[in-house]
Amino acid sequence: MDFEAIFGSALRSALGPQAAVYALLAIGLNVHYGYTGLLNFGQVGFMLVGAYGVGISVATFGLPLWVGVIVGLLAGVVLAIILGAPTLRLRADYFAITTIAVAEVLRLLFRSGPARPITGGPFGLQSVANEFYAINPFTRGIRMGPINYTTQVSWSLVVTWGLVALATLLVALLMRSPWGRVLRAIREDEDAARALGKNVFSYKMQSLVLGGVLGSVGGVMFAIAGSTVNADSFRPQITFYAYAILILGGAATRIGPIVGAIIFWFLFSGVQVSVRQMQGSDLLPGFLSGANAVGASALVLMGAALVLLVVFRPQGIFGDPRELKLDA
Amino acid sequence: MPETTPHTMDAIEARPGVSKPDPILTIDGVQRNFGGLRAVDVDHLEIQRGVITALIGPNGAGKTTFFNLLTGFDAPNEGEWTFEGESLGGMPSHQVTRRGMVRTFQLTKALSRLTVMDNMLLGATGQRGEGFLPALFRPGWSQQEADNTARAEDLLTRFKLIDKKDDYAGELSGGQRKLLEMARALMVEPSLVMLDEPMAGVNPALVQSLLGHVTALRDEGMSVIFVEHDMDVVMGISDWVVVLAEGRVIAEGRPSDIMNNDAVIDAYLGSSHDEPTEE
Repeated sequence: MDFEAIFGSALRSALGPQAAVYALLAIGLNVHYGYTGLLNFGQVGFMLVGAYGVGISVATFGLPLWVGVIVGLLAGVVLAIILGAPTLRLRADYFAITTIAVAEVLRLLFRSGPARPITGGPFGLQSVANEFYAINPFTRGIRMGPINYTTQVSWSLVVTWGLVALATLLVALLMRSPWGRVLRAIREDEDAARALGKNVFSYKMQSLVLGGVLGSVGGVMFAIAGSTVNADSFRPQITFYAYAILILGGAATRIGPIVGAIIFWFLFSGVQVSVRQMQGSDLLPGFLSGANAVGASALVLMGAALVLLVVFRPQGIFGDPRELKLDA
Repeated sequence: MPETTPHTMDAIEARPGVSKPDPILTIDGVQRNFGGLRAVDVDHLEIQRGVITALIGPNGAGKTTFFNLLTGFDAPNEGEWTFEGESLGGMPSHQVTRRGMVRTFQLTKALSRLTVMDNMLLGATGQRGEGFLPALFRPGWSQQEADNTARAEDLLTRFKLIDKKDDYAGELSGGQRKLLEMARALMVEPSLVMLDEPMAGVNPALVQSLLGHVTALRDEGMSVIFVEHDMDVVMGISDWVVVLAEGRVIAEGRPSDIMNNDAVIDAYLGSSHDEPTEE
């Protein structure tokens, strides 16, 4: 077992562009779930429309990348409004069911055969971010201790983490304002907020749009970082990873989603590499040594780690333990 | 308005649907059906400005449903009502509140994971910082926030919650939550306060203090409607009593009128004889 390699690989993922994309998804979910109490189980849907907004604009219609980015963000706004208009007045559970269904319907629609001329169907879209890498200021990749990134990854990494910082700042500014106070009041009790003269539907819609657009920013950067868009990247488990990140870091905290994303990817990647190495050196029992066993056992270990976290620190790393006692 | 003192009520006839000299709220033909059950069926009712009106009635009389209808939390099948001369039928609840008619709930709705101060500040209306874009620009709303905070501190002092202002509302006792809910409603600067069972589940020692706060609202010129089924409480502080049974107003009058009203006694205790009850 090469522990240095495991550590390096884990750290590489934890600080890489993918972790930053997940941080953006989790920041959006934090607005929905952490601050407003909206159970959005379809965050990946916002990521999908962001990514396809870039992909379709650039690869299918040959438009400039910046147009694609705007299309991706607008698609997030539109999806939030379409999703929210009929469901935000309903009880929380109907909203939750609708979101997960809509996200999955979008994925199946975008990967379907008839959509192929526009979305590339099951083959997806390639070379969507050439313009982004054409302006790459990095002449050599970032090196930090045991890890190093290529110039391309360095560029998308810096931009994506920069967006994470901006999104965190935006959400922090909003949540310390009276606007954020109304959202938190809605999370606690909608009727009380209504009785105090707040237009609950309007605030829930604003929250859904804001968090959704942050998810779409994640999708845009996901498309750019990978330079491809493929429908099967947007499976429902992405949403649940984002929830895991949020709960790990602490819901309704400012830096919870960032730290959560880093830790999640450190563990996720570290466990995967460890299992692969153990398999390589025949340390695994027979039933775990199949070709698909690495991914599966990594997920099992991840799940166990999250269970331990919820048992020993249910409020997340940055959450306030006082708040949990108040649910009675 | 000096002429609308409680004494005005002395001249009013104790009869269901009687008209009042200066009504703040006028209800006409409001009906609410749940399937085959007519939960609320009020032909005509006026609520006098500047007095404490108690809404009483046995369990299931439709008191809370009536409250929900008036405040926009439920929609009637029929009927209309005007508040300060403006029709409120079909108006969403948050707009009802903004017009100065604020309610509390039978099951207290303290916003648990907000501090007591945040609970209070939420009640202030017309906050510039509650808009999405203005929220980002602190100087645009910080002065207003400071003014609201000062007003909230005054109210918290009056309701003896000032020491708790930085605690989570969920950490308060049941009685303190009732006080907080009332104080929070006052942040709206209402002209009509509707209290749904403000004394329910409050320990007897605190009941007196709550009653004092309710009468203080009237003395400051607000109109109060409160739901209660403890007769002793009602008789002690209300200027006018409206009795609801099976959704209908069966009696209204001064507390002394109500205590001797046969229809009311029948409604509470059941008819002991076979005479028809009065309408």
